[in-house]
This record gives sequence, C-alpha cells and structure tokens, in this order.
Amino acid sequence: MAGGIKKFVVGSFEDEKVLFPAVKNVRRAGYKIHDVYTPFPIHGLDHAMGIRETSLHTAGFIYAITGTTTALTCMSWIFTKDWPLNIGGKPHFALPAWIPITFELTVLFSAVGMVLTFCYLCQLSPFVKKHHFSPRATDDHFVMAIECTEKTNDAELQNFLQNAGAKEINVQVAETGWWLGRYDRDQKLYREEKGY
Amino acid sequence: MNHNFELPGSYKKWTWGLIIAGVLAVLYGFIMFHPFEHGAHGTNLNSTRFWAVLLQNSVYWLLTVNAAMFFICVTTMAMGGWQVAMRRVPEAISSVVPILGLITFVILMAIVWGGRTDIYHWLDKDVVANDKILSGKAGFLNPMFFTIWSAISVLLWWLLGRKMRSLSLETDKNGQMDYETGKRWIWKNTVWASLFTVFFGLSVASTVPWLWLMSIDPHWYSTMYSWYTFASTFVSGLSLIALFVIYLKNRGQLEYVTEEHLHDVGKFMFAFSVFWTYLWFSQYMLIWYSNQPEETKYFIERIGTADKAGPYRGLFFFNLIVNFVCPLLILMKRSTKRSWTMMTFTAVLIIFGHWIDFYQMVMPGTLGEHAEMMPFEFGVASLFIGIIMWGVGNYLSKHSLLAKYHPFLKESMIHHT
Repeated sequence: MAGGIKKFVVGSFEDEKVLFPAVKNVRRAGYKIHDVYTPFPIHGLDHAMGIRETSLHTAGFIYAITGTTTALTCMSWIFTKDWPLNIGGKPHFALPAWIPITFELTVLFSAVGMVLTFCYLCQLSPFVKKHHFSPRATDDHFVMAIECTEKTNDAELQNFLQNAGAKEINVQVAETGWWLGRYDRDQKLYREEKGY
Repeated sequence: MNHNFELPGSYKKWTWGLIIAGVLAVLYGFIMFHPFEHGAHGTNLNSTRFWAVLLQNSVYWLLTVNAAMFFICVTTMAMGGWQVAMRRVPEAISSVVPILGLITFVILMAIVWGGRTDIYHWLDKDVVANDKILSGKAGFLNPMFFTIWSAISVLLWWLLGRKMRSLSLETDKNGQMDYETGKRWIWKNTVWASLFTVFFGLSVASTVPWLWLMSIDPHWYSTMYSWYTFASTFVSGLSLIALFVIYLKNRGQLEYVTEEHLHDVGKFMFAFSVFWTYLWFSQYMLIWYSNQPEETKYFIERIGTADKAGPYRGLFFFNLIVNFVCPLLILMKRSTKRSWTMMTFTAVLIIFGHWIDFYQMVMPGTLGEHAEMMPFEFGVASLFIGIIMWGVGNYLSKHSLLAKYHPFLKESMIHHT
C-alpha cells in the first residue's frame, strides 16, 4: 500500500452548475480538496480546483528527442561503422533516407512514453486498486472528496457542503494512494485499524 | 461597443510609404533594367531580373491573400464556429484578390505575349518543335491555354470570393436570424464555400503552380509541386491573418478575440509549417533517392553537387530552417501560441521565409547564378505589402469588424481551447 489512510468528507453533487461555485467556496473556506470525481471531463474544473498545468507535454518532448537521437545514432552507427552497404551508390551517411525512420521513432517514443506516463500519473494499471468514494461518480454524480486534517471540524464541514448544494454527504476513511488487493477485504481492514 | 474601425494615421502613413517605395523600385527597374529588351536566356540579365522579381512577388502575394478566402471556406465547410469573431479579417485580406489578381495577370501576360523566353523558355516555338519533351507538353504549355486558364482562375477566385464576402456582409443588414433563416444561411454559405474550395483545388492545388511557376523549368516536373506551393502560401496566408488580428487587437478592436483564438491560429500555423516541410521533404527525397538526371537537375541548380556548391545552397537550407525548424520549435509550446508578441514575431518570420521560398523557386531557372537580393527585390515586395495593407484597411474601415449576426457568433465568444 502506498499513500496513507485518511479521513474524508465526501459530498455528491447532481449538477455541474452547482459544483463549480461549491468548489470555489470550499477552497475559499480553506478546506483541502482531495479530488473531484466526475462522470465526464469538465472544462475548466482543473482551473477551478487550482491544479497546476500538467507537465505531460514536456515529458512528451523529452521522449520525442530521445527517439530522434536513438534513430539517428543507431542508423549512423550501423550504416557507417558496423555494416556499411553500397545501396544504389548513395553515400553511407544517407541522411534524407533516414528521415522517415527518424520521424517514426520520434513519434513512437513520444506516443508510447506519453501513454505510459499518463497511466502512471493517473495511477492506472492492471491489478491496481483505488478507493472509490462513490460508485455514482461513474454515472450521474459529481463527487467531491475533502480531506480532513487535524483542524477540520467534520460536522461543520458537512453543514458547509449541505449549504453548498451537495445532495449526499458522508464521511469515509480510505487509502489515498493505489494498492494491489481486494476492496472488500481492505475496506474492512481500515475500519478495524482506525476503529470506525 | 463600436465595431467600426477608423484607420489610424500611422497605418495610412505606412501604407503609402510602402507603396511609394515600391513604385519607386519598379520605376527604377523600368528605367534601368530595360524590361522590354529581348534576349535569349542569360543574355539580358537585367531585363530578366525585372520580370522574374515581378513574377515571384505577384504570384506569392496573390496566392497568399487568396489563401485567406480558402481559410474562410474550409472553416465554413467544417462548420467551424471559433473563427467567427475574427472572420472579417480574412475577408478583408481576401478582398485584395481582385487587385493583386489583375496585377499578376498583367505581369503574366506581359511575360507570355512579350515572348520572354528567358522566363518561360517553352514560349520559343523553334525550341519546342525540336524538343521531344516540350512538344509533348505543348498542349498544356502554350500561350493560349496559359492566358485562358490564368484568366479563369483569377476571375473565379475573385467572383466566388466576392460571393462569400457579400453573404457575410448581408447578415449585418438583415439583423438577427431565427433558427430556420440561420440554418438556410449556413447552408447557402457552405455551398458557396465548397464551390470555392473545389475550384481552389483545381487551380492553386494543381494547375496554377504548374503553369505559373513549374513551367520555368519545363523539362522538370514534380507531382508534389502544387501542393508544396499551396502549403507555402496557405501558411503565409494564416500568418497574415494572425498579423492583422494582432494589429486590430492592439488598437483595442475585436473585443471577442482572445488568446484562445490566437492559440488556434497558432496551431494552424504550426500544423501547416509541418505540412509544408512534409511536402518539401517528399519532393526532395524521392528525387534524391531515384537519382535520375532529368529530375535531380532541379536540385543541382539550387544546392549544387558534392564537388561544387550551387549559388543557392545557403538560401536553400535557410529556407528549411526558417520555415520548418523555427516555427516547429517556437510554436511547439502552448505559451508561445498564446503570446501576442511571439505570434507577431513568428508570423513575420513565416511570411518572410515563404517569400524566400518563392524566390528560390523562381530565380534559379531564370537568372541562374546572377540572381540578386538588393533594394530592388525588397522594394517590389514592399509595393505588394503596401497594396495589401491598403486593400485590407479599406475593407476594415468600411465594414463592421464583427459579423454580429452570424449564427455561430456565440460559439466563437465562448470558445476556449
């Protein structure tokens, strides 16, 4: 298990028009939003939540130039040092002929690298488990999970969410990171460990 | 907000300054280069230079302003809404097509009917009769077909473009459209846009570059050539749109145009710079690879051989750097596409780069080693820039800067990437 076991106050919203001002108010009140789970991608929600811009494209650029360098060094070594062949009387260092392969490797490296990085950032992988705050986040609810720190007053926060327009509010104790295992068994373990 | 734009004095000053400088350059060429003196290829260099520079500039700037109408038509056909807030800018640019079209037509006619065999040597009947390849192409490369097809092309770009512009302007008069009227208007717009696009494909993306530019080297041919020319002018047309949008935004106009719209124009410029490179490379690599003398001749005239560098080698690779490497690296980042300063810089760079591109298309086949890049060349370019600024300013100050009853306007106002 990674991360740590924490307590959350979870509010489910039915409408994204209610969700946006709620996110704003919750942040302004100083509560710590763990994450907001939505059935579909919502434009601008990342800005409203104050999440920083992703660096995925920078990673993509680095993968791409790695691909370019790999292709060029590999081909120039093979065709000039390791196994020089006379192909139609062309020079051994035949740069124009290498461009398509260089391009393909650039694209391949950046595409595969970015997909894997994306999966890593989203903690997506076969056999990996993550806690679901509400199953309806995959259907029709917008679910906001607020992390409870030492200073957070649960009851007050629940009241706050009620006023902000949440339809369902509950308190959950959950693992924040990802783990390999089974939900039902693990959930029981948390409850026992924390004594809820 | 007031959507009427009054041309500031500085704009007019620059416009007339550029036009006067250009007219002076052309007059200088007219007096000093004896443009009507005839001579075979390479015997009367000054007069060849006069026509070659005019040909390069007129064709480049005409195709560039015409690309603005192509931009309107493709975005219309794709049901695009994001460009509506700045739609009047490409419209204004395309309104210069008839003026530049007429100038280009006059120049082409002077070359063809003036028997300038130093520019198009397929004009020489004796040469063609004794040349198997040229006589095989004579059905296409002859003065009559050249004249008729050039006239049809310029005329249809003008007429179809004018129809698109008038469709847009009539919305200003007719007021708010209800759902049904709006739907009908969009449909009519789409039909005319597709007519323009089809003819654009038959002219700019195929026949016109063959006739006007590729026939400078009539023995040589490349199936990539027209696409390459099209990509070159489309990307500079997009840069021109970006420049005018930024200028107007700088003057406090175009209130609904934001960084989001600039970002999308930047993406277009980025994408079509790469597209241009793709065609440049496809043309180059196939010829390099098959290595047939009649095909490689084109590049030997430019780059030279391994033993002897050609006179255009520097320009040839500069072309690739300024039109591919620079836009690729500069526009790759999201923040540069959203920066008004960086976009201005890149747009100017791209327009200059593709002017160079056209320079190296025209000059090697006409002037060979004797091409120059002196005040005369830049002066002629400034004449065309001045005319474009004059025409665009004229259109922008006459009509509302916002197509405020366009059915997709709201989509453009709330657009974000």
